[in-house]
Amino acid sequence: MSHACIEWISGPVLRARASGPFALREALHVGPDRLLGEVVSLHDDLLVAQVYEDTTGLRPGDAVVGGGLPLSIRLGPGLLGGIFDGLLRPLQGIDSAFVAAGMGNAAKSRHDFRPMVRVGQLLEPGSEFGRVAGAREHRCLVPPGRSGQVLRIAAAGEYAEDEVLCVLRDAVGREHELAIGEVWPVRLPRPAAQRLPSDTPLVTGQRVIDALFPVALGGKAAIPGGFGTGKTVLLEALVKACAADVIVYLGCGERGNEMAGAVEEIAELVDARSGRPMSERTVIVANTSNMPVAAREASIYCAVTIAEYFRDQGLHVALMADSTSRWAEALREVSGRLGELPGEGGYPAYLGSRLAEFYERAARVRTLGGDLGSVTLIGSVSPQSGDFSEPVTSHTTRYVRSFWALDVTRARARFYPAIAPLGSYSQDAEKVASWWSGVFAEALGAVAAGDADWQALRRRFLTLLAEQTRLERMARIVGKDALQPQQRLTLLCAEVINEAFLRQSAYSPKDAYCGPQRQARMMRLLGRFMDRAEAALARGASPEAVAALPVLRPLQRMGDEVGENQVDALVALEAALEEDFATLGKEVGDAA
Amino acid sequence: MRPRLMVENAAYRLEGPLLFLHRSVEVGYNEAVEVVGSDGGARLGRVAAVDLDTLSIELLESSSGLGLAETRVRFVGEPLRFGLGPGLLGRILDGVGRPLDGGPPLAVERRLRIDGLPLNPVARATPRDFIETGISAIDLMNSLVRGQKLPLFSGPGLPHDRLAVAIARHARLRGAGAGEDFAIVFAGIGVAHDTADFFRRSLEQSGALSRSVLFLNLAGDASAQRLLTPRFALTAAEYLAFSCGKHVLVIMTDMTNYCEALREVAGAKGEVPGRKGFPGYMYSDLASLYERAGCLRGAPGTLTQLPILTMPLDDIGHPVPDLSGYITEGQIVLSRALDRSGIEPPIDVLPSLSRLMKGGIGEGYTDADHPALSSQLYAAYARAVQARLLASVVGEDGLAETDRRYLEFGARFERELIHQGESRTLEASMAVGWALLRRLPAGELTRLSDAQIAVHLGAAR
Ligand SMILES: Nc1ncnc2c1ncn2[C@@H]1O[C@H](COP(=O)(O)OP(=O)(O)O)[C@@H](O)[C@H]1O
Ligand SMILES: [Mg+2]
Repeated sequence: MSHACIEWISGPVLRARASGPFALREALHVGPDRLLGEVVSLHDDLLVAQVYEDTTGLRPGDAVVGGGLPLSIRLGPGLLGGIFDGLLRPLQGIDSAFVAAGMGNAAKSRHDFRPMVRVGQLLEPGSEFGRVAGAREHRCLVPPGRSGQVLRIAAAGEYAEDEVLCVLRDAVGREHELAIGEVWPVRLPRPAAQRLPSDTPLVTGQRVIDALFPVALGGKAAIPGGFGTGKTVLLEALVKACAADVIVYLGCGERGNEMAGAVEEIAELVDARSGRPMSERTVIVANTSNMPVAAREASIYCAVTIAEYFRDQGLHVALMADSTSRWAEALREVSGRLGELPGEGGYPAYLGSRLAEFYERAARVRTLGGDLGSVTLIGSVSPQSGDFSEPVTSHTTRYVRSFWALDVTRARARFYPAIAPLGSYSQDAEKVASWWSGVFAEALGAVAAGDADWQALRRRFLTLLAEQTRLERMARIVGKDALQPQQRLTLLCAEVINEAFLRQSAYSPKDAYCGPQRQARMMRLLGRFMDRAEAALARGASPEAVAALPVLRPLQRMGDEVGENQVDALVALEAALEEDFATLGKEVGDAA
Repeated sequence: MRPRLMVENAAYRLEGPLLFLHRSVEVGYNEAVEVVGSDGGARLGRVAAVDLDTLSIELLESSSGLGLAETRVRFVGEPLRFGLGPGLLGRILDGVGRPLDGGPPLAVERRLRIDGLPLNPVARATPRDFIETGISAIDLMNSLVRGQKLPLFSGPGLPHDRLAVAIARHARLRGAGAGEDFAIVFAGIGVAHDTADFFRRSLEQSGALSRSVLFLNLAGDASAQRLLTPRFALTAAEYLAFSCGKHVLVIMTDMTNYCEALREVAGAKGEVPGRKGFPGYMYSDLASLYERAGCLRGAPGTLTQLPILTMPLDDIGHPVPDLSGYITEGQIVLSRALDRSGIEPPIDVLPSLSRLMKGGIGEGYTDADHPALSSQLYAAYARAVQARLLASVVGEDGLAETDRRYLEFGARFERELIHQGESRTLEASMAVGWALLRRLPAGELTRLSDAQIAVHLGAAR
């Protein structure tokens, strides 16, 4: 432990004279309240540090103590179900309604431990040395960088998460003490044995995402959008329903009420797949917009470290970060206080590389222990004035594979989710195509001749939606009346796709979640509608006659009206569709 | 060094709002000071930086008239606090809480930090109590709930003050809590004298002055003080809400003046300017104000914010509305076009939003069909505005029949629903909404269920 003495303080930045060695990025305790801080630069015996908490009252002469480690957090099974601040201190169980500086660390949780090794056994990083009972059995793994022969292993029993339960001696005779939990420096990615390609999507239950712009397990996605376009609600919908084993939800510089709401809702939800309370699979990290800015910068690293930790358990983890822009702004603010040269938009020149490093931590991997796990990263971006050319958005587009651009016009019409089909993309779509073929086969049976599969339908939807934009632009010049019947039909079909498929309210009891099979059925039904409509047009029916078919209304409302397993209702709808077109066909025939 | 309260002859430099002193006392960062000039006037300040030999003080009020020679500095030894106690309601105070009404000094029961402390998100209770404001565009389309922060985004010359007063007057719960009145905290930030007077008189006329407290930083007052006014006002509001258990409505106007003062002070301190000259930390700074709203678990009082800001050049992308919108729980946007066509209040519902609406309306809260009605009206009005755009280019004749129906709907929506002479109950607002939808073909109403159409629109079909 090294000591230093404050010589200058202003805001979250201080200078101190050291009387012992300090390292760059070393974590610090500052002043009488032992506020958390970090060394940001060293010059002879003078160090500059940033403090993560309110520094009011700190004065020259106050002590700065180094812990010898970079900013690190304690990882363990006790994280699940918790809500923490940006430095991973628990927000539950505080007496006061307000958060003051100098908050304590988590009380150490206790767990039922069962040893899985014997003395003398040789363990590698990632080897399991014990298990902890709980909602989900937790495996105690040898942390990265440690290995050796078991010298000592604790008997079964209840232990605190930091008690030494296993001691290893490695090849050079060094001893390693292992506990249920482990401490890891947040800025260092946790190693894996191998990065693997991914061909399975993270099922989100959002049609526009899963069916049009999927993200693969281990993928990375961004949700850019101006205020009020639906970033938070969409992320929360994913937190609540996406098919991951563990969710880390990071509220980074956003609203306190939203975090409170999320906690409340998650507490009431049950995971349909496991039958367990949803809170058991969720870790919430909250640095709300009025909490200290410096901690905001650190919070994103805490969150992704937690995600990697559970990945190493052989789990699929999704991290939702709302909003990465607030993190970038915190970076800018701290950089400004340190007197660094500002780059584009005032952000430091290293903004791009920091974003790249963060998104690089998304991966599907073979873990050190040989399991398959993944971390999927999904971050919202809050561009100023909703202008996507600003630095955070433009850098982010370079590193993500799925891009869900929110559109203010859709949001203003209360058309949610407001993901713009034109501005969005997914580079994972090709990779997950065969997974989708499997779903189609399961939901709809063998593919009949002429029936399109997922990839063809997806392409058809996207082409149609692009065509809609082009035609609407044209109509603005020549008037809708002047469009050809074929073009008017295209507009009608696009509207049906929008209403029936893309619109999906996060608050609809039946439609908040839409499983892949229902998505497949809806896609097939809409494909059928387009086929029939085009055939009718070819036989002389007008687009207006198609628009007047009674089936159109139930078709456009099928998301709201037909719930998850009501296959019959969709079959009935298809029958009604065929009947309507048959009738229309007859009318056209009679007229001719 | 011996701790001393009052320091003389230590000042050696004065630069904008920053006063530099040789250090002869133990002081901590951000502690409050009082700077007394040769003119005898006391100004609030805070320790902005401190090292072994010197310290700098940021003056939080005007530095004009200060010199170096006879300047004395009194150190408080703690951050800036506001002493509050019973008898607060009914008072008129200046921008830093000193009586302007000739009344006695404020009673002090508690001394609270004006910066407040961040509310623990876990201690918050979800705001769910629908407030009827009497304004259809709000009640029906963008409902306000107790504990929400919902700003008015306005423009110079638009009737935002009238709207704020109308809301403050009518604001009430429905059903059981209907009898309870809000305590009103008004913060005038750099407002003209007649604006301040308008609010005072309006509160007086409606008998609300006795349950209000006014903080006035007028246009002529020092701009640096504008950074303190909302903090003093919110500290008072938190005291009323969380210490006295009252339901408090805070009206802050004009947040644009606040931001301009922030820019001015940042510039004077030589900080690197960000977008449009505003400092890069404006988001966090505004959040430290706007986030001071909400409901606490198990606490009787609540704090609702209704900030007003004027968008420079009516530009919603300007940093002040833009950053505000990213923090607040929605926004009510006033439109110059609607104002010109005589719609009062001229609320443009499309860019308006209430993020907490969903938790306070619908079954068990307002009316089971409230959410669907609002959503359908939104969809239809958005279509109408699109049709209007189309018509402005190709003429009404170039429109399809459906689009013409929408055009008519849009005009009526503005004249009959948005425009209103008097306050309306939510039921009255909903009735207008249903009546408007009757004019559209049923096939268009995809946001309503068959049952909703049958019950509410059946008669017309
Ligand atoms: N998927 C959705 N379903 C229903 N309503 C939504 C959806 N997305 C957004 N909304 C509505 O829009 C409002 C703003 O969304 P939010 O996610 O908070 O925006 P942002 O985070 O982009 O500022 C919400 O309060 C909600 O009323
Ligand atoms: Mg948001």
